[in-house]
Amino acid sequence: MRGGKGEPLLFLHGSAGASKWLPFMEMLSEKYDVIVPEHPGFGASDTPEWLDNVGDLAFFYLDLIDHYGLDNVHLVGTSIGGWIAAELATRSCEKIKSLTLVAPAGISVSGVRKGDMFMWSPEELAQNLFHNQAIAAAMPPPASEEEVLVLLKNRLMTAKLGWSPRLHNPHLRKWLHRIDVPTLILWGDDDKLIPAAYGSAYRDLIPTSSLEVIPECGHLPHVEKAQEFTSKVVNFLEGAAR
Amino acid sequence: MKFYMMHLMPYADLDLDYDQKHNSAWVTLPNSYYDPKKGAKLYNRYLDELEYADQLGFDGICVNEHHQNAYGLMPQPGVMAGALARRTKKVKIAILGRALPLLNNPVTVAEEFAMVDNITEGRFIAGFVRGIGAEYHAWSSNPADSHDRFHEAHDLILRAWTETGPFAFEGKHYQFEYVNLWPRPYQSPRPPIWIPSQGSSETIEWASHPDRRYTYLQTFTPVAMLAKYMQMYKAMAAGHGYEATEDQLGWSVPLYVAETDEIARREAQPHIENFLNKFLRMPKEMLLPPGYLSLNSMLGVMKAKSSIGTKQTIDDVMAKGMFICGSPETVRQKLEQYQSEIGFGHLLTLLQFGTLPAELTRKNMEIYANEVMPYLRDKTANAIPAAAE
Repeated sequence: MRGGKGEPLLFLHGSAGASKWLPFMEMLSEKYDVIVPEHPGFGASDTPEWLDNVGDLAFFYLDLIDHYGLDNVHLVGTSIGGWIAAELATRSCEKIKSLTLVAPAGISVSGVRKGDMFMWSPEELAQNLFHNQAIAAAMPPPASEEEVLVLLKNRLMTAKLGWSPRLHNPHLRKWLHRIDVPTLILWGDDDKLIPAAYGSAYRDLIPTSSLEVIPECGHLPHVEKAQEFTSKVVNFLEGAAR
Repeated sequence: MKFYMMHLMPYADLDLDYDQKHNSAWVTLPNSYYDPKKGAKLYNRYLDELEYADQLGFDGICVNEHHQNAYGLMPQPGVMAGALARRTKKVKIAILGRALPLLNNPVTVAEEFAMVDNITEGRFIAGFVRGIGAEYHAWSSNPADSHDRFHEAHDLILRAWTETGPFAFEGKHYQFEYVNLWPRPYQSPRPPIWIPSQGSSETIEWASHPDRRYTYLQTFTPVAMLAKYMQMYKAMAAGHGYEATEDQLGWSVPLYVAETDEIARREAQPHIENFLNKFLRMPKEMLLPPGYLSLNSMLGVMKAKSSIGTKQTIDDVMAKGMFICGSPETVRQKLEQYQSEIGFGHLLTLLQFGTLPAELTRKNMEIYANEVMPYLRDKTANAIPAAAE
């Protein structure tokens, strides 16, 4: 999916895939050329033989950035997509103008237990992803067999990437200091999957980063607080553009 | 037909009210529910029961692997097989099986199985499984790689047993510069291999392939499904141009036999219902982690009205033929009918289940061994010369 005009903004989705053009994408597309690929192995994408771990996806997206000639791209990733973005940026920030990590997976903070999405029922998952339970209750169940298949496929790929160790790469924290572009870390204060305490850990590991915590918000600020999320991102990108 | 006693070695002293606080007897049930003093007694009682099966004339005894649960206390079945190897004289000992995808090093299983095969002078049967879904939570093994790791570990173990070492093994998941098994298996070229499963067509296809012809073991399934899967195996064999023998087909089922139908049902009821509702209890997310089934199989399971989480009764499982229960006459008739219709050659009976106490387990074993096994042995023995000619 792609929309809007301006500097390129590459958005890397989380474990639920990227099947819909969401309100925050529409808002961002007023100022940016918003590019939302679906990761290999997710949704309608093929599952390539070479795909074993998040590092593979990091190199894949470095290639994709080269392939599309996206110089000075704003890289935004959420959850698993944030993990991919962080891995990518430790490898090379050459084409990256700014980095926005939204409740990224990828590291482990000792003593702070993450939630286990693989143990949660679909109902528990919806409840635990949102602070506002009215949104959780309004999440539509899959409407067709195709949608169920996509859901299962996304879950399978998420397990492939993040079952063990759970949603992180023990080696990543050693190299986060290599990231040398302006970096915004965004977290919901009521994130039950990856607690907000992970935000300060990420901030401490990336020298060029700042952390913003969105109040009364769960794991998906771009969905639950789309307006606030978008204005924070736009403020940051405009600062980074200078 | 051959007769085996299967044991799960449940933690029968479990506080059955655990379910008021916990949604599973697996993985997340705190091990404070386990009392080592009671557990020690249970282990020794269960080993006695399997040794008794040797004296009663069973053809084999079977142990298996499950992790971190009250359902079966055999995380390392080789320990049980080792204990039984020296205390039994005639029976085959089957480990049904080791969960290959959980292994960090499959050579450990090649070694363990070869050792038991040597100590028993060839009384050993090897079982390979993927383990049930909960194992992937307990063992931190990635279910998305389960099929791959199963096949690769299998190939490595087979080569370790049958090739002269040292050789190098270069897999995706396992790499070795030197594989050189000491001891080699006692049986030549290797122990028999059984593949227990709950009816995955991929598994049946793989087990029935002419390169393998492994004994396919259907576990805990309605008898109608048993018939379907056994037929599927035969059809796949025929598709490969050979006829599957009874030796390639087995059935594993809990069974209780007593003096009369009425006594059998009364004595078995609380214990089989505990087995189903207390020991096998786990949420769907634990049973079916992503990747455990193919996407299409998973879709099928999600569409089918699943019985997971619903209370099951003795009448439900008796009606489906998932539990054989009754007088010797009733049990003889049912088994004879199923065997003649479906044509399995190995019958694995779970004669202790759930909370079934020691005295009832012994009575069950004795009546089964004295009044059911000989009858069926005679009936099915008659068929063998005709089939062999």
